[in-house]
Amino acid sequence: MLKEKIEQANQEAIEKLLKAQPTLIGIGTAEKDIPGMDKKTILHAGPPVKWENMTGPLKGAIIGGLIYEGLAKNEEEAAALAESGEITFDACHHHSAVGPMAGVTTASMPVWIIENKAFGNKAYCTLNEGLGKVLRYGAYSEEVIERLNWMEKTLAPVLKEALELSGPIDLQTMIAQVVQMGDEGHNRNKAGTSLLIRELAPSIVQTSFDNQEKSDVLKFMHGNDHFFLNLTMPAFKSSLDPMEGIPYCTLVYTMARNGTDFGIRVAGLGNRWFNAPAEIIDGLFFPGYTMEDANPDIGDSVITETAGAGGFAMAAAIPIVQFVGGTPQDAMNFTKSMYEITQGESESFKVPVLDFKGTPTGIDIRKVVETGILPIINTGIAHKDAGVGQVGAGLVRPPMKCFEDALEAFAESVGIS
Amino acid sequence: MSKINELFDSELRVINVGLESFSKELKMQKKAVVHVEWKPVAGGNKKLADILNQLS
Repeated sequence: MLKEKIEQANQEAIEKLLKAQPTLIGIGTAEKDIPGMDKKTILHAGPPVKWENMTGPLKGAIIGGLIYEGLAKNEEEAAALAESGEITFDACHHHSAVGPMAGVTTASMPVWIIENKAFGNKAYCTLNEGLGKVLRYGAYSEEVIERLNWMEKTLAPVLKEALELSGPIDLQTMIAQVVQMGDEGHNRNKAGTSLLIRELAPSIVQTSFDNQEKSDVLKFMHGNDHFFLNLTMPAFKSSLDPMEGIPYCTLVYTMARNGTDFGIRVAGLGNRWFNAPAEIIDGLFFPGYTMEDANPDIGDSVITETAGAGGFAMAAAIPIVQFVGGTPQDAMNFTKSMYEITQGESESFKVPVLDFKGTPTGIDIRKVVETGILPIINTGIAHKDAGVGQVGAGLVRPPMKCFEDALEAFAESVGIS
Repeated sequence: MSKINELFDSELRVINVGLESFSKELKMQKKAVVHVEWKPVAGGNKKLADILNQLS
């Protein structure tokens, strides 16, 4: 009887996930649009974490966020304010939001607004700042704050008006296309960024802004291959959230890291996090950096793997092995092995080299614990010190403890000890 | 010739289950081998295996 209930619940959950229709409907601001957000709340990636337990990149991003908001003038003031208890820190995931790397989201930041048209729920994410010294890797120098101001004052208003002219953009279809163009939606977003520019450019030129501003916006998007990441992430967040709270469901609807801990949430166990110390990423480092420089795994971007993209779709994004390490055969093997721990296959994201088989989707904690196969995650590596930025990219897996603890808690919740 | 000697006279086709080092040894001797990555359920953790038995 119990086994049937679990099978039915998992089937219901996977159907919800596969039916999702994430759609880009506009751009808002965090304070106005994100539920429960205010001037003195700062959202971050991963499960909740206290200031004293945060690592360098997250602390640095919070310092930058407080300076950007005008709540502090410099690093010392910002750190003192962060320690004072006056600022509320909370997980993006508790506010229908996601954020890459540190994931820091503050009140004035513009955010993409995604609606899952199949269920009416929304998800939010900041706009991607680009590479180099950026807030999400913990940088907070003057150039970082200046860029954030330009994004608020120019980038977001131009894109907002362009979206009003173009109308909503169906992200499910767009992501399905980019998976066939060599993206996996996490660490490779070259095709997605290109398609987005192609979609928005005709409307951008029709906005009321001057030509220089329009040109700057297009150049900014063109200069950042990861611009589309901040759309795949909330698209997947909105697709997965309807799974929350389905009784008896053993599928994972959240995986996230805050640089200290890796956390997962299971559909049948509601909002409860199962955390364990985040791992160091095995990957390729940029010249001058080694594993010694790496911060433990950080960011909400693992929402892509949770939804059957990212590392789970690596066989569709074979060139990425030159960025994260390994061989084309490894990429194929990673995707194939993920079918061992998932409930179903995507009906939208198809892998050409696997005869257009759908990507493995819907991680089942039972299968992970039974087989010992952990989800494969394709990710960026942040420097452990605030302000340095990205130092490489690679592959990582969650700690098994998250899944074992979740399984024990699930057993307890259904009366098994 | 006994069956076992016939076997050793023919080309061996080996499937190795479990410990990978055995398959590596054969590969080093240029013998064809397919390695099956097998682990006991839940890595041998009896408590978790018992839970899984009731849940799946």
